[in-house]
Amino acid sequence: MYWNQSMECMPEGELKKLQYKSLKELVNNLYSFNAFYSQKMKAEGVRPDDISSLNDITKLPFMNKSDLRDNYPNKMFTARKRDVVRYHVSSGTTGKPTLVGYTQNDIEFWTESLARALTSVGIGKDDVMQVSYGYGLFTGGLGLHYGAEKVGATVLPAGTGSTERQLELMVDLDVTAIACTPSYLVHMGDVAKKMGIDLRKDTKLRKAVLGAEPWSESMRRYIEDDMGIQAYDIYGTSEISGPMFTDCAEKKGVHIWGDMMIVEIIDPESGESLEPGQDGELVMTVLKKEAMPMIRYRIKDLTAIIEEECACGRTSPRIKRITGRSDDMLIIRGINVFPSQVEHTLVQMPEVDGKHYMIIVDRVGALDFMTVQVEMRPEAFSDKVDDMIRLKKHISSELKKYLNIAVEVELVAPEALPRFMGKAKRVTDRRKF
Amino acid sequence: MVEEHMIKQLSIFINNEPGGLAKVAAALKDCNVNLKAFNIAESSGFGVFRAIVDDPDRACGELSKKGIVVKETDVIAIPMTNRPGGLLDVAKVIGDAHINVEYGYAYADNNKASFFFRVDDIAAAVGKLKEAGMKVLTEKDI
Ligand SMILES: [Zn+2]
Repeated sequence: MYWNQSMECMPEGELKKLQYKSLKELVNNLYSFNAFYSQKMKAEGVRPDDISSLNDITKLPFMNKSDLRDNYPNKMFTARKRDVVRYHVSSGTTGKPTLVGYTQNDIEFWTESLARALTSVGIGKDDVMQVSYGYGLFTGGLGLHYGAEKVGATVLPAGTGSTERQLELMVDLDVTAIACTPSYLVHMGDVAKKMGIDLRKDTKLRKAVLGAEPWSESMRRYIEDDMGIQAYDIYGTSEISGPMFTDCAEKKGVHIWGDMMIVEIIDPESGESLEPGQDGELVMTVLKKEAMPMIRYRIKDLTAIIEEECACGRTSPRIKRITGRSDDMLIIRGINVFPSQVEHTLVQMPEVDGKHYMIIVDRVGALDFMTVQVEMRPEAFSDKVDDMIRLKKHISSELKKYLNIAVEVELVAPEALPRFMGKAKRVTDRRKF
Repeated sequence: MVEEHMIKQLSIFINNEPGGLAKVAAALKDCNVNLKAFNIAESSGFGVFRAIVDDPDRACGELSKKGIVVKETDVIAIPMTNRPGGLLDVAKVIGDAHINVEYGYAYADNNKASFFFRVDDIAAAVGKLKEAGMKVLTEKDI
């Protein structure tokens, strides 16, 4: 079953022609109308005429998350303000968030992409889909919501939290499919057990579209074999719209629709292009995006391109499961966290020495917990335990404001934390994916 | 003369790590600090060591130089009789005088016992204790 067979199964030659045409158009437009990107091109000495084949994409400059941060809120937008119909906001590398805007067409493309993806895993009109991603500034909830409605599924916009209630609804409403983070699904399974709910017998849940955090084949096996749910990987990031692409029923890599996106893999150090099959950093060019085009955007996820045609018949390139990051971004309960954000918050607090901190990430059961250790200033010390607990709570609520996740704070004495001679290694990630 | 009833206590921060207390104890030994009474409050992730010592100013200065997080806190002390019911007598006076004790701890040897405690308003507490006929100790008494 295809949602858009002509696009999904377009012969390779034809697809490349289409990509070239779209790229050429995009570059021409940006060079003429987008001050940010035309300056970037001029700085690299590239002109639109230099793009005379699809491979010439490598001549174009990269975009980075820092470009979004530096141009916050909307200096990179190419659509008129009145044509922007939605914003999503994600965390940036420092205190400043990154803003993504969408025109009506952008929303429709995003939705179309998910409609193809959901269809490819067999989710459609007969399904009831529980969307247990966060709704709101995060792209996961609304993205999947629109995609699932598009294919005609009945959507249960459950959001995150209230797990027991979610499970009751899952039983009562005959939910057949769910979209959430893999760790949340495992957590739901644990809670279901405690409630006496047998997911296999008491629910109709058989499919899960899982992403927004790294996970592994062994976790897929656990979800499929132990929980009885077919588990599909979903990929995307807010800068390219949000979650957009999934495995097909073959579960052998995530299909990236070629008419919407050009994918490249580069060496994270040198920026040189790598061949299909070689592991490196993912770079994406969004061919159809009006409000905020992204050209050669360095997502910083590590993967490889699978070029062979998939048994499902779709011709678009696939990417392998994400194996890690080329930067220090952490994904905690589906939320992106940069150590620099933690530092940014701490250095503004007079009670602590924010230059000296450590981050510890643990997984307890299926849920992630983040602890921040920070060196207290001697003046902030109090002989009263209550005062110290109040200080800890204050720091953790400041961190929560910036990071959007609960953080446990541990105060330590000055000079108790390690000092780094070279590159600081401030993160201890004890999770096993 | 409230000042004479202010007993200087050392308050020391203990890191949440194996041997955190031992580190503090070693620093106390290195600085030649003689403990007369002490107490340890533990919470999730840290501890506070409180002690009555000889020459607290010197001790505080030397411990700070060793990188120990330490400060001096004023507490008050009252005598306790070293017999069953000694605590009850003290607790009753404090309770009847409506003094809000943040924390307290005792010291006892064969001859005498003292109860040290931290209040927010020392002057008010000392006044109330004296009114209740309780002797409030000075640095010299300890
Ligand atoms: Zn496929």
